[in-house]
Parts: sequence; structure tokens; C-alpha cells
Amino acid sequence: MKYVIRALLYLVLVAPLALFIVYSFTEGWFFPAPFPSEWTTTTFQRAMDDPRTLGGMWQGFVIAVIVSLLSLILAFPAARALGLRQFRGRQIAWLVLFLPTVVPPLAIGMGLNILFLRVGLAGTIMGVSLAHLISTLPYTVFTLSSAFARYDENYEHQALALGASPAQIFFNITLRMMTPSLVVATLFAFLVSWSQYLLTLLIGGGKIITLPVLLFTAASGGNPSTIAIKSLLFILPPALVIAFTARELNRHGNDIREQY
Amino acid sequence: MKFRPSPYLSLAPALIVITIMLGASLFYAVLESFGIIRVIGQDTLSLDAYRDVLSGTGAAGSEFWVSLGFSLWVSAASTIISSALALMAAVWLSGQKNQVDTLAVNGHLAFPHLAWATALLLFFSQSGILARWAAALGWIDVPADFPILVRDSFGIGIILHYSIKEIPFLALIVLGVLRAQPIGYDVVAENLGASRWQRLRYVMIPQVMPALFAGALLVFGLIFSSYEVPALLGIGYPRALPVLALRFFLDPDLGARSEGMVISLIITLIVLAVAVVSLKLEERNK
Repeated sequence: MKYVIRALLYLVLVAPLALFIVYSFTEGWFFPAPFPSEWTTTTFQRAMDDPRTLGGMWQGFVIAVIVSLLSLILAFPAARALGLRQFRGRQIAWLVLFLPTVVPPLAIGMGLNILFLRVGLAGTIMGVSLAHLISTLPYTVFTLSSAFARYDENYEHQALALGASPAQIFFNITLRMMTPSLVVATLFAFLVSWSQYLLTLLIGGGKIITLPVLLFTAASGGNPSTIAIKSLLFILPPALVIAFTARELNRHGNDIREQY
Repeated sequence: MKFRPSPYLSLAPALIVITIMLGASLFYAVLESFGIIRVIGQDTLSLDAYRDVLSGTGAAGSEFWVSLGFSLWVSAASTIISSALALMAAVWLSGQKNQVDTLAVNGHLAFPHLAWATALLLFFSQSGILARWAAALGWIDVPADFPILVRDSFGIGIILHYSIKEIPFLALIVLGVLRAQPIGYDVVAENLGASRWQRLRYVMIPQVMPALFAGALLVFGLIFSSYEVPALLGIGYPRALPVLALRFFLDPDLGARSEGMVISLIITLIVLAVAVVSLKLEERNK
């Protein structure tokens, strides 16, 4: 029984990856051939030469970087206040930050679509980034505030007593101690933005075309090899992040929640 | 301390950004659902879209009740199946010293929905990998012989997607509860002669049930309001509510947009109601 569960666990994880890789390097693999007969890199090369694929990856990357930076800048002070202070209205602040995690992206995107069309943000990198920010910010705040809840301010007091300047305290103590959580929070924001489809579609309005948008279109009725290559490129960043943050993830796994 | 800012000042930027964008988007959504669409100079408040949707007579409205039923069925079935599987997985993982398995669960959690749905399409479609293997084994002759498991009219593909994809999220919740327990209860029960099954039934499950239920409600809300997966793994009719809402929101006929907006707001209300129940449950457990 144990082995069955474990086998299923890894099958579910590895099977899609394996399929994407196999499909990316074959050509003309159709029903009823059980396995591909021809191995080639031309399909993959053709996809990589396609300016739309590269452009989509680049746009998605730029947006995800903007989103992670903005989330971090806005979330850091907020998380510190929530994690370390008791004050009136704390519950309300929690609630406001919690709301975007339950209001469906569909409703947010449809409303923002109208707003952004009016203010000229629709179809721009900045507009799409701001829309993504709504869904990443709560998670960045929650990840950082749970780290701040375990943070000991006395280190800062000590440094202050020893004559350190606020800047020195911030860079040498606060940032250093928070680094692991900051890395995790940034990566999560990046991944959530990178895999966002609906908000990009609704705000980008056909002008901002990221990889998930291309993948969705391909998956709605395209060539399996094209679909597989796009999927592979699409899951590459998440896969790398998981591999490199394995230890942190074991502690923060639940923070990723359900934003994909 | 002199460099300690007021918590209100620290929170202000984040809260302002969220409030403005969320508030404005809901404001425009509600406005448009009442038929006020400025670009076409329509500025009289009307309840037509609500009437058309709820009475099942409008362009989108005629499908509303069917879609609502379809979405409820798919969300409920997926939530129940994944909760049951998550409970099994968590009980198994809790007895596991091996952190690698927990990591695998995390990896599965981080796998994007869009890519997972794509993989299901490639595996389960009638000319997909499983159909090819079935043909190689001589079970079927042509793709049409393979059962329709994705893009089917019962939502099987969507249920298949979520039943597996939501296991890690729920399993980690259950695992969190199990790992936070003092090991005592289980040992006491064992010392009192409880069998493995009895310990599971009377000790473990009652402990994790409240948290699992709260998590399951969140999962239900997520599935109920998601677009990509039912759009990729579903068919034209019956279609899930979010697919219906977006289809009419993007309709060239601007009049139909209001109906799309009404449906989107109904989805939001249902999801918010479910989330409130989930939060209340979580609070009561603390």
C-alpha cells in the first residue's frame, strides 16, 4: 500500500514532465503509435526561433520582475507592522489583504478591464503588472508577516544602543535576518505572476501576450509538439525555483496556496 | 524608539493599492451589471441584466441555470474526491520521516494549473497517449472507441484535474494539524488497545476534520470560480459559470456584457459566502 501511494505521488509529478520532454523532441507521433519513432530537435528549434514564443517569455519575465519588486516594496513595511505590532484596526487590515485571495480573478479582471481602459493602462506592461500585483501582494505580506512574527527586534535595539545608524541597522540586521523569507516571498510573487493567464488576457487585451496566453491558445487546438514545448518553457521557472528552494519550501509550502 | 514608524503609515501603501484597485474594479463591475456602459452612452440604471439572467431568458441567461448546476456538480465532486484522497495522503505522510515525499507534494502544488490541464489533454484525449497504448494492446481500434474523458459533457476531465491537483494543498493542511499535535493522543490510544483503524477513525480523523473542512471550502470556491481549466477541459454546452460569464463579457454585442457581469458578480457572491463560512470555522477551531 505504502509503495502504491508513493509510486502514484511520483507518477503524478513526473508523468507530465516526461510527456512534455518526449513530445518536444519528436515529430509525427500520432495515433496509434504507442511510442514516438523519430527523435529530432527541429521542432524544438523551430519553436525557439519563433519570435512570438521568445517575446512572450520576455514580456512575462519583465512583468513578473516588476510584480515581485512592487510586491516586495509594498509588502515589507506592511508585513513588519502586522507581524510585530498590536494596534487598533489590525483585523481590518488583515481582512482587506485577505479579500483579493477570495474574490475571483475573473471578477477582478473584468472590473479592472473597464477601469484600465478609462485610465489608459489597458494593454500596457504596467497595467498588467498592477493587475497581477493584486493577487501577489496578499501572499507576499502573509509570508513576510509570519516571518516577522518570529523576528526578534532586540537585535535592532542592541545595534541602536551600540550607535548604529538606521541605515546600518536596516541593511546589516533587518535585511540579513529576513533574507530567507524575502527570497521565498519574492519567488512566489514571481511564479504567481509568471503563470497568470486570466488577468493578463483581460488587461493585456491582445497586446500583452505572455507565455501562458500562447500556451492556452495552443492547448485549445494546436499541434501536440508545440503545446508540449510551450508547456516545458512555461514550467521551467517553477521547476527551477522548487529545486533551489527545497529546504525553505518544506517550511513555507502552504504559503504558495492556490494561486496558480 | 526613534525610527519606529506608526503601523498605519507602514500599512498604508499596501492597503491603498489593494483598496483602490479592488474597490474600483468592483465599482465598475456593479455599474456595468446595472446596464451603465459609458462607452456606448448608456447611463440609465436598469435591472434588465439581472432579470434576464435569473429568469433564464437573456442571451447568456438562457444558459445560466444549467451552467450553475454544472459548476456546482463539478466543484462539489472534485472537492469531495480530493479531500478524501488528501486525508489518505496526509495520514500516510505523517508516518513518514522522509522529507523528500513532502517535497514532492510541494512540487505538485507548485505545478501550474494551466500546464497540468495541458498534460491531461495530451494523456486522456481520444487520440492521446493512453488511447495509443490501449490501441497498441488491442483494446481499441480507432480513437472514437476510447472513452471521452476530457472535453466531455459531464465535466469528468475537469473533475479529474482538480481531484488530483487539489490533493497537495489539502494534504498539507491536514499534515500541519497532525504535526502540531503532541504525539500523546495516538500513543495513549495505542496503549489502551486501539487498533490502527480505530486510532485513525476515533483519534486522527476527528482532530483534522475541522481544518480539512475549512480548507475544502476554500478549494470549492477556487474551483467554482476558475476559468482556464473548465475552458480547456470542458465543452461548449454545458459550460462552467466563469466560462459563460467571460464569453458574454467579451461579446461584441455590448448589451450582452451586462449579463456576463451579473454572472461574474453572482460567482463572486457565492465564493465570498463560502469563504466567510470557512473563515468562521477556522476561527472557531482556534
